[in-house]
Amino acid sequence: MSQELKVSRIRQGTVIDHIRPGMALTVLRILGIGAAVSHSVVVAMNVPSGALAHKDIVKVENQVLDEETLKKIAIIAPHATVNIIEDFEITAKHHISLPRALRGIIKCPNRNCISNQDHERVSSFFICEREEPIEFRCHYCEALVQAEQAELYA
Amino acid sequence: MRSSWQGRDIISIRDFSREEIEMVLQAAGRAHPDPDALRGQVMASLFFEPSTRTQLSFASAMERLGGKVIGFSSGKTTSQAKGETLQDTIRMAEGYADLIVIRHPLEGSARLAADTASVPVINAGDGTHQHPTQTLLDLYAIKQFQGHLDNLKIGLVGDLKYGRTVHSLATALTRFHGIELRLISPASLPMPPAVLRELGGLVDYREQEALDLSGLDVVYVTRIQKERFPDVEEYEKVKGAYVIDRAACRALGPEAIILHPLPRVGEIAREVDSLPQAKYFQQAQGGIPVRMALLQLLLKGELA
Ligand SMILES: Nc1ncnc2c1ncn2[C@@H]1O[C@H](COP(=O)(O)OP(=O)(O)OP(=O)(O)O)[C@@H](O)[C@H]1O
Ligand SMILES: [Mg+2]
Ligand SMILES: [Zn+2]
Repeated sequence: MSQELKVSRIRQGTVIDHIRPGMALTVLRILGIGAAVSHSVVVAMNVPSGALAHKDIVKVENQVLDEETLKKIAIIAPHATVNIIEDFEITAKHHISLPRALRGIIKCPNRNCISNQDHERVSSFFICEREEPIEFRCHYCEALVQAEQAELYA
Repeated sequence: MRSSWQGRDIISIRDFSREEIEMVLQAAGRAHPDPDALRGQVMASLFFEPSTRTQLSFASAMERLGGKVIGFSSGKTTSQAKGETLQDTIRMAEGYADLIVIRHPLEGSARLAADTASVPVINAGDGTHQHPTQTLLDLYAIKQFQGHLDNLKIGLVGDLKYGRTVHSLATALTRFHGIELRLISPASLPMPPAVLRELGGLVDYREQEALDLSGLDVVYVTRIQKERFPDVEEYEKVKGAYVIDRAACRALGPEAIILHPLPRVGEIAREVDSLPQAKYFQQAQGGIPVRMALLQLLLKGELA
């Protein structure tokens, strides 16, 4: 057991492991975690990770991630592992993968896009165009968005 | 041929492979007026923003094939003004027509219409995004006058940043071999990086500010719009530098052709109209056969 594990054990919640270095803060933003948190949140940045150089880790107590949130995390951290913790033990481990298509997650950067008109009631729809760097294309106006710069719906 | 075209939508030139482009151009070459070809079929022409030229061209193509046209030509007179969503307008129109042609000021509107409608949808321009039938008729003109679409030196001149037609044309040219693109624009109006990236490795391109047409097989000219400039002075300076006049055309060989999506304002001097290379008016005429071909392909899967 590493030192890191000992100092940051949570009883119940979620551990998002193998986040690409530097992306932990974006993961927090997606989780809606700001300055005022009511439960424990542990963030480890740029920690050594075996052969794969370095990684970020986010551990959130008492929070279960829904499908929508997992998709958002997958966009910016496609190789992340989501561990579900119950009574200090890992009860489930999910390897998330980069979604091929995203509905209602990324906001199209093109203000003149049909998906940005409230009265039209159309959810944004993006298709993954490439993986390095991760890039999505708007199904409607064909605008390209880099995942790391993407504006996500709250 | 039948199954792949019938019922299909024409939304973005990005959806077209080389073979599909060639098939449309070949069909356009064979298309001819025939009052029985689409007899009894109805085309809904939904122009949420006016575009006389495109609208008339589609209507003319449909009428020449014996079909009927219904529709409107300004968003303000329609239910859109009453707050109806585009999707609801499309659901209404698909009940009245066998095919929908849409022009709309918002980017992505045509794709939404196609997703909504069960009948085929043709994008006749969605904001600054795409106008695929324009691109097909541009290619038709090049093929018509040069005989082929491979191994050509093509100059795109003018506003390459906001010009929808040049973006689509550049994308389409990646489907062909041996294309050399000379991208001639003011420094403030270059081809967008996303388009350049698409060209990468497929089309040999060079960006430049100087209006040098030497050695080109095709000169494709677009309008530089005043609205794109923060100050009038800058616009005046740039505008003058990209006027195709007889002097600029001296660099062109006799087989070269000059194209323009029209309407032109001042970017091609009138003195050029009588040069053998001036093909922009004939280019515009190609809109009818290209659209006659598409209407038949989408409605019947093949040409009569
Ligand atoms: N109770 C806990 N509280 C906080 N973090 C925990 C807890 N249990 C495990 N973790 C963390 O969850 C992650 C996954 O733990 P695990 O024991 O599955 O490691 P692993 O075998 O290396 O898994 P992987 O193959 O996903 O890398 C590690 O970062 C670990 O520190
Ligand atoms: Mg591990
Ligand atoms: Zn869009």
